[in-house]
Amino acid sequence: MAIIHPLLSLENVSIAFNDKLAVDKLNLDINAGERVALVGESGSGKTVTALSILRLLSQAKIDGQIRFQGEDLLQKSADELRKIRGADVAMIFQEPMTALNPLYSIGNQVIETLILHEGLTARQARKKTIHLFERTGIREPERRVDSFPHQLSGGQRQRAMIAMALACRPKLLIADEPTTALDTTIRARIVKLLLDLQQEEGMAVLLITHDLNLVRRFAQRVAVMEQGKLVESGDTETIYHSPKHPYTIKLLNSLPVRQIGPIAHNAPTLLQTKQLRVEYPKKQPGWRGLFRSGRFVALNGADVSLREGETVGVVGESGSGKSTLAQAILSLVSVKSGGLDFEGVPLAQRSKRERRALRARLQVVFQDPFGALSPRQTVEQIVGEGLALHFPELSKAQRHAKIVDVLTEVGLPTSALSSYPHEFSGGQRQRVAIARTLVLNPRVLILDEPTSALDVSIQNQVLRLLVRLQKKHGLSYLLITHDLAVVNALAHRLYVMHDGEIVESGDTEAVIANPQHPYTQRLVRASL
Amino acid sequence: MSIPAEPDTSPIFLGSNPALAPEHATSRAYAHVSPSRRLWLRFKRQRLGYWSLIVFLVIYGLSLAGEFISNEKPLVIYYQGQWFFPMLNNYQESVFGGNLPIYADYNDPFLREQFKKPGNFALYPPNPYYYDTLSYYSAGTHNPGPPSRENWLGTDISGYDIMARLLYGFRISVTFALGLTLVGTALGILIGAVQGYFGGKVDLIAQRLIEVWGSMPELYLLIIFASIFQQSFAMLFLLLALFGWVHLSDYVRAEFLRNRQLEYVKAGRALGLSHGQIIWRHILPNSLTPVITFLPFRMSAGIMALASLDFLGLGVGGQSPSLGRLLLQGKENLDAWWISVASFGVLVVTILLLTFMGEALRTAMDTRISGQRTD
Repeated sequence: MAIIHPLLSLENVSIAFNDKLAVDKLNLDINAGERVALVGESGSGKTVTALSILRLLSQAKIDGQIRFQGEDLLQKSADELRKIRGADVAMIFQEPMTALNPLYSIGNQVIETLILHEGLTARQARKKTIHLFERTGIREPERRVDSFPHQLSGGQRQRAMIAMALACRPKLLIADEPTTALDTTIRARIVKLLLDLQQEEGMAVLLITHDLNLVRRFAQRVAVMEQGKLVESGDTETIYHSPKHPYTIKLLNSLPVRQIGPIAHNAPTLLQTKQLRVEYPKKQPGWRGLFRSGRFVALNGADVSLREGETVGVVGESGSGKSTLAQAILSLVSVKSGGLDFEGVPLAQRSKRERRALRARLQVVFQDPFGALSPRQTVEQIVGEGLALHFPELSKAQRHAKIVDVLTEVGLPTSALSSYPHEFSGGQRQRVAIARTLVLNPRVLILDEPTSALDVSIQNQVLRLLVRLQKKHGLSYLLITHDLAVVNALAHRLYVMHDGEIVESGDTEAVIANPQHPYTQRLVRASL
Repeated sequence: MSIPAEPDTSPIFLGSNPALAPEHATSRAYAHVSPSRRLWLRFKRQRLGYWSLIVFLVIYGLSLAGEFISNEKPLVIYYQGQWFFPMLNNYQESVFGGNLPIYADYNDPFLREQFKKPGNFALYPPNPYYYDTLSYYSAGTHNPGPPSRENWLGTDISGYDIMARLLYGFRISVTFALGLTLVGTALGILIGAVQGYFGGKVDLIAQRLIEVWGSMPELYLLIIFASIFQQSFAMLFLLLALFGWVHLSDYVRAEFLRNRQLEYVKAGRALGLSHGQIIWRHILPNSLTPVITFLPFRMSAGIMALASLDFLGLGVGGQSPSLGRLLLQGKENLDAWWISVASFGVLVVTILLLTFMGEALRTAMDTRISGQRTD
């Protein structure tokens, strides 16, 4: 009986960019029909590994052997490799919008692969494409075949990408963060689709992700990477139940834990929105659009309240209006109707001067730690800016002392004062952003996806910091997120938003345990 | 409530980048380097552009000190026990032993003889001609005259020393272009910033006005104005500056449109900063890439504009030295090759230096090319 080779085997693979080692002596086997997950945080080298399999990296030096069906891919000529790419090994990428050519219809891009690799005629290829689209769950495939990428939603685009990858019945599918750019409920459906297809086709799948939930649901075997090294690999259940390497343990422990403190029962309501409504002008199709614009209701009558020391979560998908709600509360967008009470007084009754002073007590932390800090200011300038504006009576020395205090409080060293944002990692930048708001002694912090751009272990550090600050200063948080796990970890109460409306609200644990609205039910099913 | 025992203040630098641990921070070459300083360091590494900048600054510096390099008046005279400073005072010939009550011409062989007498002495600049010095006493051919020991680069059709004309012409050209660049850039930034920051109707209306303004034929306006008014530098400057900003404001507007969407601007608004503070402190420093990249190219465009107008006879007339008019003379007197060669050479070198600088700046600005990622 012949020895069965693994379908793909990486032997001592090292990848270097300009003397900088990205992957260090990696060994990994994937058998035919197996589902393997490669897990790691950003910078761990997992995507580089995936790209190296098909030699899609330019300017990288690859050592070792990458054997596919017993043949070393690194020794193949460019022509031979092209026959393997797409036909035997296919890839799907994280962001389907950029991975699809915007100038071709999605059908065209699949048909192209079929004609190239399978030698079909154009007519046959089109028929097969429609069939593929049907199988990957694209609605109205006959019509969608001629759609362009921008005409599809994110989930539909990812389905088209999958159809494209499956076109030639590959033996191995490499999925590089296939669901990261998608909303939670759509994620679940894509994962289910991948599972179904994998079982029908019997292909092997290498899933690259940082999402531990996804791994557990999908993979049979897990390989964990840390800073270019494979630190642990094994059966999924074994790794989840008895991880050995400290990094794996840290990674598994970094799933957010519920850690909320009690609220005083006489805590006053700080923030109360009354039927907030926000509309954006929307261009109407045809010549009518030239004369009058339509309305897109981003937020339709939102009532949200927030008590002192309380964390309230606002959950929803992109486009559900949750960020609009935050911006409306901060008066960063103009409100069509409805009002807002802050500290018991309607905002409309306050003078312009009072409203400006009030901004110190109502602060915001944004999602993107790279965009939220001006790249040309030092940390001291960034943190000190609001201080100079709202507390002009402070002397320079007092201001400096306050900045140092607040940096220590968010866990940054004093040496960070003269640093620029580009010198920090994502988690550190988020700490600077928190320090900038904290220095003004706010009462309410609006956290707009504060952790979704961060790695899981960093995410947990930031969440812990937020909880500690809340306990110490009695802060109230309005936590806006798409991630039910984060809300579950932090929020006392919860609002679920869908299409600009609040569809459900209540105690976090109660809502998650017993969701009423169909959308909430879908969301909870998809997340847990 | 279950707060994990591990305090979150201790793992300060658990970020994804171990190079950021505090003990490493000081040893890193680019620690705490501001973005503008990083740009300068990257520019410095472009050797050609960096040396072009130095050479250009040296030449411009020399031309600014032109009075000490190319002048008909000696820097200092010691005559019969007394010190004279002809550059500060006008002395009559009679002071130095002449017999006419006219201002001294220091290139007069008689005066030169006087200063050579024992006990006397005069320190002449290296090139003893001002841009409007006529050498009455020279023995060689003039109007125009080929390069000689007296006139290193020859003389032009009026008998002026070409070396002196080029030196002062360069000074005027560069100063003019520098002023034009500064005013054009300031206007471009101002208008582009207002358009880009406020957007919407302001942008729409301003953009239409700019289109109308930009479609005015600049050259015709110059010709028309040249025929109505006595052409002067101020007039030329005004006309060129009025049209020079249009191009740049588009770029600044685009940068502002992009940057005002970013979260640090929203964070600034949430802090309660005024529009002016946000524009000045947050968006402007992050929108200067196209402005800085274009600076050298705008300079060379300014120099060329002045030279072309002079060449076409639409520039400033009179005695003032001008690269463009020297070129015109060269064209009209092809046999006097030294006129065209010298003036053409100066223009080529100037524009080349500026272009090298611009190229280097562009490379330094583009972080993708330089590969100098510090984060």
